[in-house]
Amino acid sequence: MNGMYGKGILKGLKVSFLRFVDTYLDDLRWIGKRYRTPQGIAHRGSKGARGIFTVQYPEEKIPVPEEFRFIPFLVYNEGPNGEKNLLCTSCGICSKVCPPQCIWIERMVDSSTGRPKPDPAEFFIDADICMNCGLCAEFCPFDAIKMDHNYELASYGRDIYDKSRLSKSTQYYESVRPDNAARENSARAAKQAARTGVANIN
Amino acid sequence: MVTPTPVQNADLTARFPNILIPDSRPGFSGWLLDKSNLLEFATVLRDEFGYDYLSSVAGVDYLPEGKMEVAYQLYKTTGGPGLLFKVQVPRQDPVEIPSLVSIYPGAEFQEREAWDLLGIKFTGHPDLRRILMWEGFAGFPLRKDWREPYFEEESKPYKNRWPDGKIVMAESNNIFDDNIAYPSDFDPENHTFDPERALYDSLRAFQKNEVGLNSDHIIVNLGPQHPSTHGVFRVAVILDGETIVSLRPVMGYLHRNHEKIGERNTYIMNMPYTDRLDYLASMSNNFGYALAVEKLMAIKPPERAEYIRVIMAEMTRISNHLFLIGTLLNDLGAYFTPMLYALEERELILDIFEAVAGSRMMCNYFRFGGVARDLSDEILQKIEEIFFERLPGRIDELDRFLSENEIIRSRGIGQGVLTAEDAIRYSAAGPLLRASGIPYDVRRAEPYSVYDRFEFDVCTRKHGDVYDRLMLRFDEIRQSIRIIQQAVKQIPGGPVLSVKPMYQVRVPPGEAYGRVEGPKGELGFYLVSNGKPNPWRYHVRAPSFINLTAFGPMCIGQKIADLVAVLGSVDIVLGEVDR
Repeated sequence: MNGMYGKGILKGLKVSFLRFVDTYLDDLRWIGKRYRTPQGIAHRGSKGARGIFTVQYPEEKIPVPEEFRFIPFLVYNEGPNGEKNLLCTSCGICSKVCPPQCIWIERMVDSSTGRPKPDPAEFFIDADICMNCGLCAEFCPFDAIKMDHNYELASYGRDIYDKSRLSKSTQYYESVRPDNAARENSARAAKQAARTGVANIN
Repeated sequence: MVTPTPVQNADLTARFPNILIPDSRPGFSGWLLDKSNLLEFATVLRDEFGYDYLSSVAGVDYLPEGKMEVAYQLYKTTGGPGLLFKVQVPRQDPVEIPSLVSIYPGAEFQEREAWDLLGIKFTGHPDLRRILMWEGFAGFPLRKDWREPYFEEESKPYKNRWPDGKIVMAESNNIFDDNIAYPSDFDPENHTFDPERALYDSLRAFQKNEVGLNSDHIIVNLGPQHPSTHGVFRVAVILDGETIVSLRPVMGYLHRNHEKIGERNTYIMNMPYTDRLDYLASMSNNFGYALAVEKLMAIKPPERAEYIRVIMAEMTRISNHLFLIGTLLNDLGAYFTPMLYALEERELILDIFEAVAGSRMMCNYFRFGGVARDLSDEILQKIEEIFFERLPGRIDELDRFLSENEIIRSRGIGQGVLTAEDAIRYSAAGPLLRASGIPYDVRRAEPYSVYDRFEFDVCTRKHGDVYDRLMLRFDEIRQSIRIIQQAVKQIPGGPVLSVKPMYQVRVPPGEAYGRVEGPKGELGFYLVSNGKPNPWRYHVRAPSFINLTAFGPMCIGQKIADLVAVLGSVDIVLGEVDR
């Protein structure tokens, strides 16, 4: 080895020392704004991030991006009398594409005719088996099942979500996934327009 | 090492006129040969034709035809297309095929795996024990007539989920129902069995060195609960003083029979499961699997998707190598400062994955014929910022921080040496192979996707020791940054999926082997389709599993304290080793 023994260690220590100084410099530069503020959290995850990187969960939370996926939910439109009209037609595609097979759907049957109705009588997701892959939401032809953003689901027991726990409003969906919702709405509107023969809706 | 003397105008069929039969099943390729000719054929391939690298050994159970097959995938480390040949034998036990370990020592673990899971007995194998299942386990789980506990149906989707989905919790089922079979001589009252015996017998079979002090040998077990083993990996060693004289890796603690699950799944269902193989490099796993299925379906992704795939795969490589640098330094005792410096940068990459794919580690982003969703300009902008403005400087800083450190150098240089010859013989792949001086990289040797459009170097180091392996990761990160910089500049517009998204794809019968250069080495997926919605055979050539074949030889003669450093430099992820 050429040179003094320990030179490499000193060189490394210099890097550490500069980082150490940087921590305080960055704190000074952002004084009062670095912690527990949205722009401070964003700064710590940006290309210019220096100093302490850590986000102090749960006091601080990194906002999740729109595509973030965690446990599916069912979208409903609220009717005039507050009834929840699920978009789900119980076609079963989500349950057929689900890799760990954690979706169980019971199709509604018309009690007078005995024929199946396009509505789920029950809808279960075994949340402890769900692997959050998002395939159900991706392949749903009716935009009826979507992935949620809520990741704070710790519980003491076994989590099986039934239809009522899974149902969330269109407004909620639009609030967590605004871009996706807008895209789907315009696609639906275009389809509708094509079907009714209206050439231009704008 | 046997120096290959390449035959001019080498023609396999001329060299073996009567014993090679082309595999003429529709959709299949390669050669079929009789097991009696296997050893001779393999020797000639290695010595005369230059196929010095045995990449993959995959057993297949053709239950309806009453046959068992082993498919061998050979390559030349000088590059070029591979050679696929198969040996078929009747399915009656004992299913016996000669072992190739004497010619390609890299077959050792793969043959043990095929024995363990498919019950193919490799005659002449020096150490044919179970590898993923435990000694004493009865049955061969990958055989088509074997059923796992909680067995529901032969293939998904299961019929009781829809339209009459009355939920049953899996744990309320009786796992010891009609799908469990006891061996005929099994007597639970008087059953005594030492599952460790085979391991220790094998461990004790080493050449004793009578020179020096006649000291006692002691057996030491590292793991499976040991922080340096990066998971639930166990190493059984015999020590002479502090020196390792014999070593056997013990694995399978995280075994979930990924391949059996894969054969029950439909094709698209396997995509999220591949994320869970090497969970530090899920995009690469997606890539390999997508390539294999696309080969079967004969489709190609659109241009934009190809570029997105390359960007994602290279980002995965960087994040994986950063993680390795951090954990290796942890293993060397530099507790957590280097680790956190590396993880900071990795974090930025994971943020991009989260925004693109929806999840930081379990990306599930690739689809057959493209990717799941487009990359927005915003994200592209962020990638550009990070890979042009931040990461190059940060990697240089990390390099300054570590590579001249005298402690790291003395712990790394000359430790755990794997020579170039041994690296090839043991089928080492990826950084392990290149740190030994073999410039073999699937991205260059057999370019897939659009890798032929980018300028990058295949990095090598000369000595094949721990330090070189660490430094090679730095080199590779820099090359990956180079590729990403080019890809971001060149990425065209257009669609990201060339086919209509379908929840159940139609895959014609046949076989395909898709391989990519994953961060840990050559990651291959061998698929056999019979036209049904789920694959008949789904085999993963797991690089960190096969890289462990060379782990024992690298450690013999080392001090026990250095074993941890050597293991750290191999870079294993137990999700992939145990599958």
